[in-house]
Parts: sequence; structure tokens; C-alpha cells
Amino acid sequence: MSENRISLGKTETRIPVAKTYKLYIGGKFPRSESARSYPVTDSKGAFLANAAQGSRKDARDAVSAARKAFAGWSGATAYNRGQVLYRVAEVLEGRREQFAAEVSAAEGVGAKKAQALVDTAIDRWVWYAGWTDKIAAVLGSSNPVAGPYFSFSTPEPTGVVAVLAPQQSSLLGLISVVAPVIASGNTAVVVTSQDRPLPAITLSEVLATSDLPGGVVNLLTGRTAEIAPWLASHADVNALDLTGAPEAIRGDLERAAAGTVKRVLRVRGGEDFGREPDIGRLRAYLETKTVWHPMGV
Amino acid sequence: MSQLWEYAPAPESRDIANLKPSYKMFVDGKFVEGSGEPLKTINPGTEEVLAEVSTASPSDVDTAVKAARRAYDRVWGRMAGTERAKYIYRIARLIQERSRELAVLESLDNGKPIKESRDVDVPTAAAHFFYHAGWADKLPYAGYGPDPRPLGVAGQVIPWNFPLLMAAWKIAPALATGNTVVLKPAETTPLTALVLAEIIQQADLPPGVVNILPGAGDIGAALVEHADVDKIAFTGSTEVGKLIQRQLAGTGKKLTLELGGKAANIVFDDAPIDQAVEGIVNGIFFNQGHVCCAGSRLLLQESIAEEFLEKLRVRVSTLRVGDPLDKNTDVGAINSREQLTRIQELTAAGEAEGAERWTSSCPLPDKGFYFAPTVFSGVSQAMRIAREEIFGPVLSVLTFRTPDEAVAKANNTPYGLSAGIWTDKGSRILWAAQKMRAGVVWANTFNRFDPTAPFGGYQESGFGREGGRAGLEAYLDV
Repeated sequence: MSENRISLGKTETRIPVAKTYKLYIGGKFPRSESARSYPVTDSKGAFLANAAQGSRKDARDAVSAARKAFAGWSGATAYNRGQVLYRVAEVLEGRREQFAAEVSAAEGVGAKKAQALVDTAIDRWVWYAGWTDKIAAVLGSSNPVAGPYFSFSTPEPTGVVAVLAPQQSSLLGLISVVAPVIASGNTAVVVTSQDRPLPAITLSEVLATSDLPGGVVNLLTGRTAEIAPWLASHADVNALDLTGAPEAIRGDLERAAAGTVKRVLRVRGGEDFGREPDIGRLRAYLETKTVWHPMGV
Repeated sequence: MSQLWEYAPAPESRDIANLKPSYKMFVDGKFVEGSGEPLKTINPGTEEVLAEVSTASPSDVDTAVKAARRAYDRVWGRMAGTERAKYIYRIARLIQERSRELAVLESLDNGKPIKESRDVDVPTAAAHFFYHAGWADKLPYAGYGPDPRPLGVAGQVIPWNFPLLMAAWKIAPALATGNTVVLKPAETTPLTALVLAEIIQQADLPPGVVNILPGAGDIGAALVEHADVDKIAFTGSTEVGKLIQRQLAGTGKKLTLELGGKAANIVFDDAPIDQAVEGIVNGIFFNQGHVCCAGSRLLLQESIAEEFLEKLRVRVSTLRVGDPLDKNTDVGAINSREQLTRIQELTAAGEAEGAERWTSSCPLPDKGFYFAPTVFSGVSQAMRIAREEIFGPVLSVLTFRTPDEAVAKANNTPYGLSAGIWTDKGSRILWAAQKMRAGVVWANTFNRFDPTAPFGGYQESGFGREGGRAGLEAYLDV
């Protein structure tokens, strides 16, 4: 947007159309029901855009959308989920330059570094897309029980996962925490980086146009400390990722999560998202289901 | 009854196949003229020549293996899995995009019904590449140690019954694990493999990573014997499989074999009869019975045998045999005159040995290689039609009294590729599945294939698996 300002005075230059950045809930792009917004600046403090300041009600709407999408998404074949997620990577690739510009503005990194971050983010998405139909073969088992029974255990998605996205890494970090949630069939309510939310909103536009059913990923921009407690205590949320949680409220969030025995991922945001991850984030949102059946004529 | 089942013909247009008058072999990233005698591939549905295909000579095999070795040493073997994955995903997508063209071409060259090439062969081929693409950067999770290494150059020889699908089963895991490939398609069905070569070119794979050499058995043998090939994967007859195993003895080359079968489909008296009839029909008449895992021996519990056979014959008599390109066709053309002769010879033996033959009275086209669906009852275990793989639309029916007898009869074969179990009782399914000496057991279904599910045989049906985590082992130095 900085180049927009430069061109403002020159009458011969075309004035770009500025985008309104909104929330992403249930496959739609609403403004916050609270009608609040907050200014987003680049790393040097220059104004970039206003982002919607999500509220408690927006968070509840997002959880409800995520719950509604869970049956269909978790019930889809792993192959189908893999195809959809790979499609997301294809569309991400098409917006490579846009993401690089936004990451550069948000994180204050040079163009080359920003491009590298975006490329890693796309490859990361592809990596998780490939896990949809493999995680069961890696984590599941047939159990040689001592009796005439056939017993097997299989990983299943835990449900609706609330994700507090990393505050620093606006796209690579975001993708690294969202992709593992949905790859295994969970649905997500994501609170984006508070001060660097614009790449996340552009990501929501990619998700909306990539065959991903509405509600599988919901993105809320706003004050993390304001929205997070409502998600941590929400009875219809099954798991909570604290990666981007402000240090001061982490304990409170964990306590609130205990109210409905949520699975809590207590990773801190400092992790190096540039490194290839392990499958810890996939495992974090999986239940193990064991099935028994008698065996005999 | 026949009045009820009149369909207007609904043929796919042959133009969709983009058939070219001639096809060349694919070596080192380029389509080149082979120095072997060109072959003419025919449409088994009409006996017309489809195209001329250049074939490889033993010296072309050497050129291709050298190209594969270079590509392995310089590029593919050392490329990061993340990057290999993206190439393989591209192949999957290009197959999906050209799926209709590939389906029509497959039916033209092979004779299988268009509804099968369209709904099974081509989508499953794409799925195989898609699935294995995802493994390329996840091999440390496959259970073969922290950094499993590829073998090098893989020589692959595939049959004519699922030309494109078998190419996918072979190439996808080889590439995902970091090997390079020299593949020989079957003599009678080279076309879709060469379109796959075009796709590999469009996907911009580095030259030499995949090489495709049409030719007859001697070219397969030259590939198997080549000193610089590290691994051989063969799908085909048990006879040739044994030959290859002997040939490779002492060389240290890794070998996987997917060979013949004589699968038993067991129907217990508590089975859902109508569902079982459908499954038995699918099990033996899918792809004209040209399926190594076909349910070619039906074992019926005596108490339901008569009723079941009656229903089976009624159902089989409604199968439509004819033009492979017609969307209403259930059973297409036998792939070659040679195969037709073999089926005729074995069915004659069945009659001579005293089995009771029933053949559908469906009309057959005047031209082309066709064989009407046939069911033999009163078959005993000693008869050739109970022991030998017919590889055609011929079902041999035996009976049993007790579950133990069913298991004993099912396992009474040197093969061991697949088996079927039909019963409403879950505990019996699991009991029988455990007793089967077979690599794939289907219960209340048959002929299901998926890249996530390992496929392969026990005993003389071969060794090694294709698909799933287990399938990766075939192409890893472990």
C-alpha cells in the first residue's frame, strides 16, 4: 500500500482499488458483528489497512461454523482431503507475488527473504496435504491381543480446534499451525497474528476458492487476548493451540480449557518454522480409536 | 426378458483418444525411433490396426539403462524429496486432466469396457501417483529407518490387462523413493504407457528419469539381464516370474513379482445372496476376467448352491458383451487371439473332464475377439479349470459343507494372491480371512484397489507388495 501513497499525487498514475480486509467464517467474509476495526501498519509503522476486530460473538459464530463443517470434512475420504489440500497449494502458488509483498510489508523482511518464506509455506502446505492418507498407516495399528479377537486402532480427528496463530511468522507460521489441524480431518477456528493479520486474510481468500468446504477453516483477526479466553472456555471446542498466546494469559487459557478437558498444545511461538516439522502437530489433534471384533466360525 | 433390457448403443467417440498413426519409444526425455522391428498394435474389439509402434532392440535397452543411470546419479537420486514430490504430483494432475483421452485409448488398445477404463483404470492410476507423491518427502516415517535410500535403476516389466494402471503401480513408488525407471509395456498394449511418457515430458521430469521401451518378451529379458539394473519388478505370468527369479539368482538384484492367481470366492449359507451374486459377477467378469486376482473359483456352501447358481446364471445372462467403447458394455473384448485360444482350450478341457458348462446366450460381435461369459458347475479340485489360471470370463463352481472344508479347498492351490468371503457373520469373516493363504482378502466385496492398501501375493503368486507403506520396501535399499 506504500506505493499507493506515492502515486496519489500523480494524476497520470492509476489509483489502485484498496481492499477491505474482513473475517472469514463459514466460507463467507463478514465484517465483525461488533463493527469494530483496528489499524494495521507495516514494520515501520506506516498504515496498511484496517482489519476487523473480531469479538466474542464472532468467535462463537466461527466455532458454530467449524462444528457444522466437521461431519463432512472428517467424513470425507483421506484421498479427497488430500486432493482438496493440494488444490489449496496450487492456488497459493498462483498468488506467490502477492503473498511475498504482504509478508514483506508485515514482517519487514526484504523481497528475497519474503519470497523464500512464501515458497517454504507453500511446500509446507504440500507436505501436510500428503499426510491425509498416510497418517493412519503410520500411527494406526492392528493389535495382537491375546484372545480370539480382531483388534485395531486408528487415529481420528478430535473435532474443532481453536488455534492461536504465531504472532511473528505471518504466513509460514500460520500455515504451519493450520495445515496439520485440517489435514487429519479436524476443523479450525484461527485467531491470526494480531499485528500482522493481512497475509492470513489473503490466505482465507485462497481457501475460499480452493474446494475447501466453508467452515473447515475460520479466521478471526483482532486482539488475541480478547478473543482467546472465549475460545478456551467454549464448550464446543475440543482442542486449543497456544502457539500465539500472549505470555501473560497462557495459564488462564489452560485453566479455562480444563473446563471441557480440551487437548492443549502448549508450544510457544518461538519455534523455527523454516525447518521441516515432525508429525507432532498432526498427533496433537488426533484421538486413537480401538475397535474389537470377535473372530471365529 | 430381453425386451426389458434393450439399450440403444452409447459409444464413446474414438476421436477422443487422439490416436496417432505411429508411436515412438521414450528414452532420455525424447521420443525416438527404436531399432527393433516395429509392431502393429490392434484393437481387439475389431481386429483393426490402431497404430504402428517402434520397438526397442537390446542395444536400445542399454541406451535407456545408461540414461536412467545418469539421471539417477546426477539428478533424481540426490534431489530433495520435497522437489521430487512436486514432479510426481504434476504427473497425477496431468493424468486427471487427460483422463478421458486415456480411458478411450485404453479401451481401444486393450479391449476393456470404457466404463471400467473410465471409472477404475485411469482414476486409480492418477491416485497412485498422487499418493506416492506424498511419500517422496516422508520416507523417514515409512518404517524403514531414519533415511532409507533408493536402489538406483529399476527395470519394470508389466502386463497387458491394466496397461496404464500397472505402469502407475510400478513408476509411482519407484520415483517417490528416488529411483529411475526403464519400463517395458506389454507387446499388445503399448499405447497408454507412451501417452504417459508424453505426460512425463509435460511434467518436465529431468531426462532419463523415466524411459519407456515397447517390445516383446525378449526386450523384457534383455532388461532383466542388464548388468546395470539394480532392481526388477515384474507383473505377469507365474511361468515367466519363475524364469526371472532363476535368471536373477546370484546377481544380488532386488526382485518383486506379482504373478498369477486362482482365487477362491467363498459363499457361506448366511451370505446376503443378491449382494454376493453381484460380487461374484464382478469378481470374475470384471475386465473379461483378465485379472490376476480374479475370483475364478466359486466355493458355494452346499445348502444354498442350487439357489445361488440359478440366480447367478440369470444375472450373468444379462451381461452385455461387445464394443468396448459402448458405455453400456459390461464385458469387452479378449485382449488377443492368443489369449482367446488359451481360454477356448481350457474351457474345452473343462468339458472333457466332465464339468457342466453353462454359457450365456448373449450375442457376440462378428469381428473381434470375444468370449461369452461361462460358468462351470460340478467342478472337482483335480480338474484343470480348478487349478490353472484361465485369465478369461470363465467361472469354476465347487461346493463345500463346512467352513473348514471351504478353507481347505480355498487354500488348495500353489497360488495365493486373493480370496473372497461372503457371510453376514463378522466373526466368521475375520476367522476365514485369517485362515486364507492369500495376500488380499475381500469380505462382502471384491476387486477393490487403492494406493493406500498393499497388494501382492503369497506363494507362487509372487512376493513383494504394491501400495501402502509396505509397497515402498520394493524400491528401497533396506
